[in-house]
Amino acid sequence: MALLEIKQLHKRFGGLHAVTDVSFPVEAGQIKAVIGPNGAGKTTLFNMISGTFPATSGSVFFQGKELQGKKPYQVAALGMARTYQNIKMFSGMTALENVMVGCHVQSSAGFMASMFRMPWTWKEELAIRDRSMELLTLLEIEEHADTDASSLAFGQQRAVELARALAMDPTLLLLDEPAAGLNIYETAEVGRLITKIRDLGITVLLVEHDMSLVMDISDEIVVLCFGEKIAEGLPAAIQKDPEVIKIYLGED
Amino acid sequence: MKKLLLILPLLACVIAIQVVCSSTDTLYYLTQMTMSAYYSLLIIGLCVLMGYAGQISLGHAGFFAIGGYISAGLTTHSLIPFKDNALVQFLDSSGLLLAGQTLYGEELLVVSPGLACAVAIIAAAVIAVFIGIPVLKLKGHYLAMATLGFGIIIYRVVLAVEYFGEADGISEVPAFPLFAGLSVSGSFGDRVSNYYIAWGILLLGLILLLNLIDSRVGRGLRGIHGSEEAADAMGVHTARFKLQTFVLSAVFAAVAGVFLTHYNGGIGPSEAGVMKSVRYVAIVAVGGMANLWGALLMGVVLNFLSLRGVFGSYDDAVFGLILIVIMLFAPNGILSISFRHRLMQLFGKGKQKRDGEA
Amino acid sequence: MFDVGRSSFIFLTKMTSELFVQYLLAGITYGSIYAIVAIGFNIIYNTTGIINFAQGEFVMFGGMIAITLLQFMPLPLAIILAVILTMIIGAGIEICFIRWLKAPSVLRLVIITIGISILSREVAVHVWGESIRSLPYFVGNEITSISILGARISPQVLWVVAASGLMFICLGIFFKTTSVGREMRACASNRKAATLCGINTENMVTLSFVLSAGMGALAGCMMSPITYSQYDMGTGLAIKGFTVAILGGLGSSGGAVAAGLLLGVIEAFSVSVVPLAFQDAIAIAILLIILFIRPQGLFGSKEASALKEF
Ligand SMILES: Nc1ncnc2c1ncn2[C@@H]1O[C@H](COP(=O)(O)OP(=O)(O)OP(=O)(O)O)[C@@H](O)[C@H]1O
Ligand SMILES: [Mg+2]
Repeated sequence: MALLEIKQLHKRFGGLHAVTDVSFPVEAGQIKAVIGPNGAGKTTLFNMISGTFPATSGSVFFQGKELQGKKPYQVAALGMARTYQNIKMFSGMTALENVMVGCHVQSSAGFMASMFRMPWTWKEELAIRDRSMELLTLLEIEEHADTDASSLAFGQQRAVELARALAMDPTLLLLDEPAAGLNIYETAEVGRLITKIRDLGITVLLVEHDMSLVMDISDEIVVLCFGEKIAEGLPAAIQKDPEVIKIYLGED
Repeated sequence: MKKLLLILPLLACVIAIQVVCSSTDTLYYLTQMTMSAYYSLLIIGLCVLMGYAGQISLGHAGFFAIGGYISAGLTTHSLIPFKDNALVQFLDSSGLLLAGQTLYGEELLVVSPGLACAVAIIAAAVIAVFIGIPVLKLKGHYLAMATLGFGIIIYRVVLAVEYFGEADGISEVPAFPLFAGLSVSGSFGDRVSNYYIAWGILLLGLILLLNLIDSRVGRGLRGIHGSEEAADAMGVHTARFKLQTFVLSAVFAAVAGVFLTHYNGGIGPSEAGVMKSVRYVAIVAVGGMANLWGALLMGVVLNFLSLRGVFGSYDDAVFGLILIVIMLFAPNGILSISFRHRLMQLFGKGKQKRDGEA
Repeated sequence: MFDVGRSSFIFLTKMTSELFVQYLLAGITYGSIYAIVAIGFNIIYNTTGIINFAQGEFVMFGGMIAITLLQFMPLPLAIILAVILTMIIGAGIEICFIRWLKAPSVLRLVIITIGISILSREVAVHVWGESIRSLPYFVGNEITSISILGARISPQVLWVVAASGLMFICLGIFFKTTSVGREMRACASNRKAATLCGINTENMVTLSFVLSAGMGALAGCMMSPITYSQYDMGTGLAIKGFTVAILGGLGSSGGAVAAGLLLGVIEAFSVSVVPLAFQDAIAIAILLIILFIRPQGLFGSKEASALKEF
């Protein structure tokens, strides 16, 4: 079975069918992209996978486990991390602290242990700090470690968000438009980074509007339109798919 | 750890105040400083709930009253009529009851302050759990109204129940002996020692909360405040964290209630009033919501002034005004950076982007 | 106060039909007032998304101002002037404290309106003192009564019910037929779109405060002869009005009326089973229960409330 298996997922908002009967697998070790015009239901799909809200019907299997009914924190504990289309920084916390929150599932100090600073939490705390610093260094924003995250530049916030997700040591990483709002150099950088992440053994499911980036780095592509899956396949095949061309040409 | 070192100057201030008061024969100030310390204990607990976990509570005077009233009730109401009850006998034989005499020489048997204190705090914690589970699912206005409703119910209960003395409250609450001859009481001789007891408890509470905030749990909480959705997706069990914080702050309030009641020798229904809850919220807001030091400072200063009667009959009005002015002009507290920016803005130093709060 | 059924045995043993009607009418009277307060909440909520914690203070101001004015002028004039003055206060509050805030958080607004409520109360206590006052009965006095279905009630009850009903109808007509009313509704359903259509949404918000202050003030005058007026009556009324607004589905006026009457009647009948001291607790208990199990209200739909930003 694939790492992530999406089966007939369906989401209705009142009368609006945001996602209709979408099914596809995500194999371990690949970069899979979901593309589609605005309002196609990509973010909605992510929200259902990560448990932000329940699907109207259908199911999601992650590592063979059914995710239906699981809360986001439970899904996170299973090894799934995500970023957001419109960045959700923890404002009022430094970049480093933001990433340290990402280490939450990997650590265990509870209320009492934290309040009384139990000796065993010291080591854990140090480990969290080191790992977070490492990730900031990986994303080349270590000099901003002690800056309030919400006052960072847009691209840097994206990097912090990514570091935060990586801190969870995920098996699967969901990226919602990681290159949105970035210039071409930064976008290319993000592309290299995502490939690097995949090479570290993390499976990536990606939503992105930047076609050249998607065609460059993805192993497989799913195309959504008005909530329905209209195509799935290798980048080369998708590029030639008449229906996909119609949507994208018809739109622009 | 670095942050904890700030405790030392504070401790120095506390000692300095005592020394000055003792040497200038103004010990009466210590009485109000002691009471302020207990109120501030409640306030720093509420600060963690509001500023860090992002949950408003307009019912914290209720938890204070639960602590104070239960402890007062248990240590003043005689158990003589229930002498034959198995539980009473068991408690008596375990040394958890105190025998004594009333002013009129009647025999008296009451619960010892230690046990009463424990019962009061546990009761507050249990009630906080039961209230918190449903209430903390609510947000915004709903949460505010629900906690306000809880506060009013507690107020009604203490006003209506005979055991709690109805409109008169409970008086003649005995001293609470701690250890090594220290005891929480309002007698003149114990003034200095009680000042240190109160401040010792407050500083201990402060250290615990500072530890909490700068830890895995604290980061999770602040994450909830920053973006609940993202914190949830990072694996933070937001519902449980909120509940635990709620209970923690309720326990702080109850501890404050117990100690202040023994210190004052009584408690009245006004301690459970809505205005008290609002006042605590106001003080946390002035201190800057997510700023324990600010909350502590404002808690001590404003309560001290209020207890000294500086505001006269405008006491409540002052806190109402503070609430509005702070929320209008400095929603992050008067110690915050953005407030300083806005002050600069006033003097025409360019436009600062208003930072949105959650 | 309604002097009905202090003794609990009557209810438990034999509930005579007169007594039943008496309870019912008492319930309807209080219920109409709660409904008016709730509609006041709704008007402001609809245009701004704010729950105005100072709603009860409008009611208090209405009653208190009318009582003061009565010394200088006849009753009808005093009431009209009191309503107008309270409307001005409402406008002043919105202009001073709400209008110029840009995208304030819910928490901030909650705290601001709580602050306004406290300040209003403090102003009232310093102007009028802590004493309990009341307007005279509009017709007759305390002991005048008329008989309905065998129950003897004060004519003031009819005044309250009639005035509430009239207010509800006028409000409906205002929102449905006048252009200002329609603009307010547009603002309520989509503020951004309304702004784009050239509606001055800021003025609409002020207007909503004015309307809701006026309604509160009128309710305050109507109820004053039977429930009295006091500087601190606001909080209790606000909680009850909010309970009713939630019960009826936040934002729905029809729901508020139904829920208001329901709460009024429940309270009236509970007099016979619950000690008087816990009267207020009933509304709060209902509020808490509703918030926990059906925050969208008895009559609201779940989908609709899920879309609201809470
Ligand atoms: N919480 C919600 N409530 C109601 N409707 C929603 C909600 N979230 C999304 N929608 C609607 O569902 C549809 C799909 O939205 P979604 O955000 O998933 O699109 P998307 O593919 O991510 O678009 P974009 O490329 O603009 O990010 C849209 O029509 C949107 O308006
Ligand atoms: Mg999207």
